[in-house]
Amino acid sequence: MPSENPVHTPARRVDRAGVVIAAALAVLAAVLVWDASKLPSTTMYGMGPEAMPVVIAIGLVILAVGNLIDALRGKLPPRESMDPKPVWLIIGGLALLIAIIGFGGGFILATSALFVTTSAAFGRRAVLADTAIALVITTLIYLAFDKLLTLSLPAGPLERLL
Amino acid sequence: MDTFAALAHGMAVAMQPMNLLYALIGVFLGTAVGVLPGIGPALTVALLLPVTYKLDPGGSLIMFAGIYYGGMYGGSTTAILINTPGESASMATALEGNKMAKAGRGGPALATSAIGSFVAGTIATIGLAFLAPWLVDFAVRFGPEDYFALMCVAFVTVSATFGDSPVRGLTSLFIGLTLGLVGIDKLTGQARLAFGIPELLDGVEVTTLAVGLFAVGEALYVASRRHHAEEKLEPVRGSLWMTREDWQRSWKPWLRGTLFGFPIGALPAGGAEIPTFLSYSTERRLTKHPEEFGKGAIEGVAGPEAANNASAAGTLVPLLTLGLPTSATAAMMLAGFQQYGLNPGPLLFAERPDLVWGLIASLFIANGMLLVLNLPLVGLWVRLLAIPQPWLYAGILVFATMGTIAAKPSVVELSMLAAFGVMGFLMRRFDFPIAPVVIGLILGPIAESQLRRALAISLGDPMVLLQSPMSATLLGVALIALLAPFVLRGLGRFKANED
Repeated sequence: MPSENPVHTPARRVDRAGVVIAAALAVLAAVLVWDASKLPSTTMYGMGPEAMPVVIAIGLVILAVGNLIDALRGKLPPRESMDPKPVWLIIGGLALLIAIIGFGGGFILATSALFVTTSAAFGRRAVLADTAIALVITTLIYLAFDKLLTLSLPAGPLERLL
Repeated sequence: MDTFAALAHGMAVAMQPMNLLYALIGVFLGTAVGVLPGIGPALTVALLLPVTYKLDPGGSLIMFAGIYYGGMYGGSTTAILINTPGESASMATALEGNKMAKAGRGGPALATSAIGSFVAGTIATIGLAFLAPWLVDFAVRFGPEDYFALMCVAFVTVSATFGDSPVRGLTSLFIGLTLGLVGIDKLTGQARLAFGIPELLDGVEVTTLAVGLFAVGEALYVASRRHHAEEKLEPVRGSLWMTREDWQRSWKPWLRGTLFGFPIGALPAGGAEIPTFLSYSTERRLTKHPEEFGKGAIEGVAGPEAANNASAAGTLVPLLTLGLPTSATAAMMLAGFQQYGLNPGPLLFAERPDLVWGLIASLFIANGMLLVLNLPLVGLWVRLLAIPQPWLYAGILVFATMGTIAAKPSVVELSMLAAFGVMGFLMRRFDFPIAPVVIGLILGPIAESQLRRALAISLGDPMVLLQSPMSATLLGVALIALLAPFVLRGLGRFKANED
């Protein structure tokens, strides 16, 4: 989990993140079974659509147990310390991109927002300069792909000016 | 002979001026993207898929062949010059290659890897051309139960047998299989795991998953550990050309690497790590200059690079003849085929020989183009490597999201991309392998429909899986491959206790 404290896990200690992973796998298995139980079984011979999810769910439960054992023994590979701030910056940039596309802001604005946040996450401080670079680059990409390769990229206020 | 006629026909297709141009664009783009640090061939193919959307299938597959080989060549350039192998198959190259670059012998290192890749790629493609028709003859007799059993072998070998931890590899595979369930069931038309969201009815897009896991996940991971050591770009100093001695020390490793790479790649086991490391350790044992190993021995670059390229051509054997991808890159190639409604396998050889043999022929052409292009253009690639990290990753993410935006500009699809990115980050952080997820997503639904078809034919009798000798053998192999790592680990512990 990105928010979790970075710890060097010494061997032979319960690995909390490992326990969370095991729990997540078990939850996933439960979702599969729940979803499969809602499918009406109509197949006469062989397997219906509900069979495979149950098989995969059984596999996930076994793997959850396997992961739990590894976590309890503290046998996960060692992890390096991490800096959560840039991770959240990039995730924020992705959220911004999704919001701008969702509200019809267009390709150029959306990807420029992602460009600026990512470059800030990698330590750039010149936000204004990066914004200018981002707008130029994404406009060029838009022109190349929308006009030359005729891929349809979503248009917003800026794209309509072109 | 048949193969020669087919290959000659393929050459005629591939030599059409338009197709030559596609191959050239593919080789160029593939190298340019593959050379960026942290981008391996699988991601190169995934990122460039949207570029080929509007082309006809023949042209786009030919461009793919170029992208594939170009991406591999670009990856080894990065491994040599900044010691960041984009994928585990280039790790052996980075070992000696980066040392050579530090010692001012970057030119010969790049040259031996380019020429070695050419030699290995050409020999392995010849192998592919002759092995494929033979396998196709064999595969047309496969029933659905045999296909299912074959996919079980691929599942196990890809995720459990050759990884660090079978539990983590299988966990990755099952996450992929779960994602493969999402959407409308093809046999009954019922929606699974769609939760009432219309966008999920079509299932999870392979490119969205791959780009999320590889590109977004990698960017998040690199950003999270930026405070650790920064990579250093080694300038290419001195002559680019290999001396007479370099040639003498290179040609045998090239051939030995090819011998390791092609057969292992062609097995439905996949993975270029094993042949590259086998080649590395063999060269280390056979060399006349053991003192140079670890300090930049040219054999340690020539062998693994040849093995890497030969095994890449090898993975095309199960992909084209059986529709079985055994590496993340091959899975992306399969996604490229599916984008045109084409299913690789014995039928494709019969129905669209122009396409299959055109693709095989353009592998030769792409290989030749790379040899001619790359050494003269090495200065350009080095300049690409020098892009400052913030802009590089910002640009990668813009390109990564652009592919999704162009294919499906919906909030749901983009949210999935972001979610897969976070998943890729966590998997890197907790050391889960990523390729099995992609393989699970793409092969899971195929395996399920083969199994259900087999059971429908047998009126629901599961013994059909054991009655076909082929299927019974393959299931046995899968079981052994599944249990072997656990048993071997147990033995290893036993031995360690004894010491």
